Order: sequence, then C-alpha cells, then structure tokens
Amino acid sequence: MAFYRPAPWQKPLSVALLIAALALPTLLTAIGQEFYVGFATRVLIFALAATSLNLVLGFGGMVSLGHAAFLGAGAYVAAICQQAGINEALLAFPAAMGVAGLFALLVGAISLRTRGVYFIMITLAFAQMAYYLFVSARAWGGDDGLPLTGKMAFAGIGLGGDTPLYYLALGCLALVMLLFGRLADARFGRTLQAIRENETRMEALGYAVFRYRLAAFALGGALAGLAGALLANLTGLASPNLLQWTQSGTLLVMVIIGGVGYLYGGVVGALILLVLEEFLVGLTPHWHIALGVLLLGVVLFAPKGVAALFGKRHG
Amino acid sequence: MTQLVLEQALNGLQFGLMLFLLAAGLTLVFGIMDCINLAHGSLYMVGAYFVAAAAQAADSFWIGLGAGVAGAAVLGLVLELSLFRRLYQRDHLSQVLATFALILIANEAVRVIWGPQPLMLNPPESLAGPLEIGEFFYPAYRLLIIGFGLAVAILLYLLVAKSRIGMWVRAGAANREMTEALGINVRALFTAVFVFGAALCALAGGLLGPLLAVQVGMGESVLILAFVVIIIGGIGSIRGALVGSLIVGTVDTLGRALLPTLLRALLPADAAATLGPALASILIYVLMAGILFFKPQGLFPARA
Amino acid sequence: MVEGLLEVRGLCRRFGAIEALKDIDFSVDTGEVHALIGPNGAGKTTFIHHVSGALQPDAGSVRFAGQDVTTFGMHRRVAAGMARSYQITNIFLGLDALDNVALAVQGRPDAGSSFRFWRPVRSETALFDEARSYLEQLGLGSKATTLAGNLSHGEQRALELAMALATRPRLLLLDEPMAGTGPEESARMVELIEHLARHVTILLVEHDMDAVFRLADRISVLVNGQLICTGTPEAVRNDAAVRRAYLGDHL
Repeated sequence: MAFYRPAPWQKPLSVALLIAALALPTLLTAIGQEFYVGFATRVLIFALAATSLNLVLGFGGMVSLGHAAFLGAGAYVAAICQQAGINEALLAFPAAMGVAGLFALLVGAISLRTRGVYFIMITLAFAQMAYYLFVSARAWGGDDGLPLTGKMAFAGIGLGGDTPLYYLALGCLALVMLLFGRLADARFGRTLQAIRENETRMEALGYAVFRYRLAAFALGGALAGLAGALLANLTGLASPNLLQWTQSGTLLVMVIIGGVGYLYGGVVGALILLVLEEFLVGLTPHWHIALGVLLLGVVLFAPKGVAALFGKRHG
Repeated sequence: MTQLVLEQALNGLQFGLMLFLLAAGLTLVFGIMDCINLAHGSLYMVGAYFVAAAAQAADSFWIGLGAGVAGAAVLGLVLELSLFRRLYQRDHLSQVLATFALILIANEAVRVIWGPQPLMLNPPESLAGPLEIGEFFYPAYRLLIIGFGLAVAILLYLLVAKSRIGMWVRAGAANREMTEALGINVRALFTAVFVFGAALCALAGGLLGPLLAVQVGMGESVLILAFVVIIIGGIGSIRGALVGSLIVGTVDTLGRALLPTLLRALLPADAAATLGPALASILIYVLMAGILFFKPQGLFPARA
Repeated sequence: MVEGLLEVRGLCRRFGAIEALKDIDFSVDTGEVHALIGPNGAGKTTFIHHVSGALQPDAGSVRFAGQDVTTFGMHRRVAAGMARSYQITNIFLGLDALDNVALAVQGRPDAGSSFRFWRPVRSETALFDEARSYLEQLGLGSKATTLAGNLSHGEQRALELAMALATRPRLLLLDEPMAGTGPEESARMVELIEHLARHVTILLVEHDMDAVFRLADRISVLVNGQLICTGTPEAVRNDAAVRRAYLGDHL
C-alpha cells in the first residue's frame, strides 16, 4: 500500500465540502425535506466512526473486528452521564472518549501481542465480552439499553431538534478530519504507515513498534467513543446492539468500500453505504440481498475501494 | 446437586461435540486455504433449514437429515466453485468482507423462502422421551447427539490422522507449496474439504434443530463460538478443534448452570443476580483471551 | 583483556531437535571489519538474528559496548548503536529514497519523539538534510526523489546501507550485502563498504570470498553451528580444518 500524502486539491475540496455541509440543513428546509437532516447527521456520525476505524485499519494495518465496542462504550458513557445528572456534552463527550480510549488501550495492549487472524478474533472476543456485559447490566437497561431523557446540551445550548446536533456532529467530524490529515502526514502517521508496510524493518530502525500501534488503536477507540456519544444523542438510546459484532462488520464494510488507508475512505464509505441502504430500503424489504450482492461485487471487482477509483496517491 | 452437575456435564459434552462439527470444517478451511469464512455459520443455518424443510416434506427426521446434509454439500460445492476459489489468494480483509456479504444474503434469502417464523423440527418419536439409568434421567435424543458427535469425531480423527487424504490435508495445512510440489491436486483437495465442512455444518444444524429453534440469525452466535474454538485450539488443527470444542462446550454450559449458584453463595443476592449471567456469558471469551495471552498461536499450533 | 565492542559468550540455540548454534564465543573489536563465513545452512543468519535481537538464545550472553543486551529486543539494540542490513532487500518501496533514509534518521533516539501529530514531516528540514547527506555518502544523491521501488537492485542495496548508517551505528551488521548483485555492482559495493569501514565497525556475513578476503581484518568460520576458527585472512586461508570443512582446494 502506498503512503498518504496530501494532494494539492485536497484542501480546497475539503473547504468546499465543509461549506456545502454547513449549508445543507438550510437547503433541506428550503425544499421541505427537513426529515433528511436527521439522516445526514447519521451519515456524519458514521463517517466519524468509520474514519476512526480507518486510522486503525488503513493506517495502522490492524484488522480489528471489535471496533463497535468502542462506539457502544461511548454511547453508554453519554447515557450514563445524563443519568448521573451531567447533561453537558462538553463534559460527557470527553468522558466518552476517555473511557472508550482507555478501554481500547486495554484491549490493544493484550490483542497486539497476537498477529493476523488471531488479532482479528481476539478483538472480536473483547467486543463480545463488552456486548454481553451490557446485555446483562440491569442497572443500564440490560437488553433494552439505556434511553436518554432527551438530547444533551452543548455549552449550555440545548441540542433539541435535528439541526443543532447536525452542526455538532459536523464540527466533530471536521475537527477529526483535520487532526487525521495532519497526523497522517506528520511523524506519527509516517511511522504508523511504515510499520503497516514492514514491521520488522521498523524495529530494525529502532522504532518501538508496539507503542505506535497501541497509540493508534487507543486513539481510534477514543474517536469511536466520540461517535458513540453523538449517536446516543441522535437515536436517544444507548443500546447493546451498538456493540454487536455485525456493527463492527458494518464499520469494516464502510472503510473497505470507501478505501482502506485513504484519508477520506471512512467518510466516503459511510456515505455510500448509508445512502445505498436508504435507497434500497425504499425499493424492497429484502434489501440485504441487494447489499450483499453489491459488496461481493466490490470485493471481486473493486478490491481497493471506491476512493481508489478516483483518488490518486503518491507512489 | 449431583444430578444437576452430571446432567450439565453431559449437556456440555453434547454442545461441545456439536461445536466440533462446525469447528472442524472451519479450522480446515482456515488452516489449509488460509481463508476466513464468516459465512460458515450461514451454512449451518441453511443446513438446518434444509433438514427441517425436508423432514417436514418427508415426515421423517432421518430422511430430512440425510437430504438436508446432501443439499448443504451441494450448496457448499457451488459456493466453493463460484466464489471461495477466488478468495483463497486474497487478503483476510477481502475474505471478511465477501463472507460478511454472504451472511447478509443468506439471512435474507432464508427469510424470503421460509418466512420470518422459526421452523419446527421434531426429533424422531422413538427418542422423544427421557432415558432412565438407575436414578438418573437424561433425554434420549441428547444421548443420540452425543453418540453422533463421538462417531463423527472418531471418523474425522481416523480420516485426518490415518488416511492418505488426511495426510494430504495435514500436509496442506502445514505447508501448501510443498504439498503442491509433491503433485497433490490441492485445488480439488480444497473443494473436497470445503464441501465436507458444509456437510458437517448441516449435520450439526439438523441435529441441534429439535433442541433450538431453526431460525434466521442462528448462524451468527454459533459462528463466533466456533471461531473461539479454533482460535483456542490452534488454527488448522483437528485435535485442537476437538479439545477446544470440548473446553468451550463444557465451560460455557457449566458456567451458565453453576456460576449463578456459586455466586449466590459468595455475594449478596442482587449483586449475584447481576454478575452471574454476565460472567457466565463472557466466560469463554475471557478464557480465549487468557489462552491467547500465554499462547498467541493457540493450544495446538498446526504450523510449526 | 580489553572488552570488544561486541562480545558473544557461550551462545546456544536449538530449533526442536536441531542444534543451530553450539556454544559460540565470538567478538568484534572496535574499528575492525570482521567477516563471518560458512557454508549454506551453517547458521550464519541465525547467528546474526541473535546478535541483532530478532531471536533470543537458549543460553549464553550478548554484550554490546560494555552493556549486557541479551534480553534486549531489536529496537533497543538499535538504540544502543547496532544497525543491520538485510539479506533480502528490505526498504519501503512506496517511499522515495530520501523518505526512506529520513525514516531511519527519525527512528534515532536523539532525533526526537515520533509521537508528533501535527507538523508535516516534510517540513522538518533537519531530518531531511541529514538524510540527504547519507544518500550522498553512498552515491545516491541524484536519486533522492526516485521511488525506492524504481531503483536498480544495486541502488536498493546501497539505500539499505544508507538507512543502516542513518541510525548512526557503532556496529553495522551486514547480512550478505553482495547477494544478487552483478559483478560491477559488487565491485561498487566493496568500495562502499571499504569507505564505511573508516567510520564504523562492521560485522560482515558474505558468500563472495573475493570480497571477504579483500575487506576483512579478521574472519570467523561457522560450520554446522560451531565456530571452528577465527583469525586473520591469512591464518584462515591456511587453516587445515577450514580447508577441509569449507573452502575446499580452490583457495
């Protein structure tokens, strides 16, 4: 795989996309389709979650099948914060990131001792543990999950209605993409990608490979936790279903469709998958079959993902 | 108490042996073809549906079991020739994605064909009741499953450990290039192993059908357990799959049955009521993480 | 006795039933080029793996620069001043030559932490200036912006050396640097190593006997996992056991 290097058109394109995204709710209201603001928020949140996995998978080369655990942990932390009387996103969201990040640090510290399929399976096992813990935690709603009493507040401003949450999600995603783009081109990202390419060589150059991998894994977990906290606000529920392994599979699918190791791979993948889902659901109740066939098509005919079709990378 | 422990131990054995039927195929496909097949659980589900549908049509459990297993083998053959063959050389990520897509398709296809309601599958009438051994009662059908499981385990052991085909399979798992260089038709061998794995899936699905509901989604939970088994046992090792299955089957069954009781003796009632089921359901994952921590290649690594 | 830069004592390693390394005592003195030779399968690469820290011995110790590094992993030994090149070319094909060396410079403890998340690495001129100087030392100055994957085989081997040098080693482990090079490239490689030897101690594993006898100050001979002889090229050439076991009569 090639190394990330920012293309010259990337900055103007990002700014243009951001402006378009800022204008979207106004546009949707103008044409009487406010309903889609909630859907757009969902896309933003999953773009964030998929991007956090792309950091781990695409840049770190770690195939994690347990990433949804961190998403779910973030959602629960937000809900638990509200239950404890903390309704401020500026407090609850960092807490969600912290808890999810620490959880990822723990999972990574054990899982990164293994390689290949063993790593895939041990991350899956940890996610399953978390899933069953939440399912049986009666204090947090068990099977049914922990509902939020309403949307939280951000800096004292209530997030009620669809639009404020949309802008919060957009702000989070924009910040994360900025950070992601910078770190991918900075020493850390360079190191991480080189480890993905050739672990032994990096060790022979004096790099403590394990630490960089673990840092990326924990950072990915923390960002997934942020997405989880946003998602709980959108759906009004922290549900154990968020931690199910099929959810981890869906995130993987997003990253792969979008393009593993491309900066915008997660965003593109989340957008395509969710729009496709929305479109197919309207067509047939058996849209899973169509989706499955499409995924098979991607694997067999566009193995590098959609971003690879039009994104050129250095090398 | 003795009755309970004995009964649960037998249940654990029975569950473990069924897991083995699934894990055996999975570990071979994984070990020899280096292919992660998440859709292995879907073969189990589809197999169970085949058996249930055929048994209803023929009004006989045994005919249904035979027809269902044969049907799953044919499905396995078609899948191997059309899709899996192209996946063996691809990276794990592509395999995960493709077989994840298969799960989506299989679940929905089953729902389209047989509807969202679970299918009923009745055990053969002669085995419906309990068997009495002195003071001890145990369902006759479960004993049959144990017998089946043991027979297949022995057969598999003989096949893999003693026969020429088994020798090739083991050689293929340990070193594929070398086996090819020796003139073995690895392609045909792969197809045979995959089809055999699919048949075992249907056998397990059909046998468990009368105990569990035959329904959409039944494949996923069992798939994860089968993965846990082969990771614990060491990928590619039949012996590892057997040991892993028995460990997972017994630990899971006994944990669910006995842990809550044990905890009640140690902890306050409400703490035990929360912790018991939680601990019981994560027990095998803790076990797996622990084993991987000390033996990152599983208990019986097939590749030296 | 003055302790050498590298001191290996009583090193043993088994792989199952095979005794790959048997009780090896070996040392490299500061400033010398020490060549390790032996027939295929003698255990040379296994030995290098134990020196570099890729493998851990069953028994015995490895001391480097007066420090016991037996339990150190690879990256800690590199940090202590040991660098290695690989038998198979082992560079980052997706990066250009300069980036490859810069990555090696960046890995050095004195080059600062790699936990930097914000500043584009390309703006770190110190890193790249230093990297360029290593490329120039190895005659690759004009290839700085060529993708490593597009370099010729000989150039790739030289790049590999540049990367090893960039870790500022006190000891350079060269594992068959001539492997797969043509006669002209090998002649060039011998010159390069002669040039490097003025600045750094070298442990050289090589099959090309002309190169070994031209470069080495001392030669050790490994046969079947045992060190049968260490001495000057002259002494090794005349050693009866070496002739019998390895060199045959053509020398």
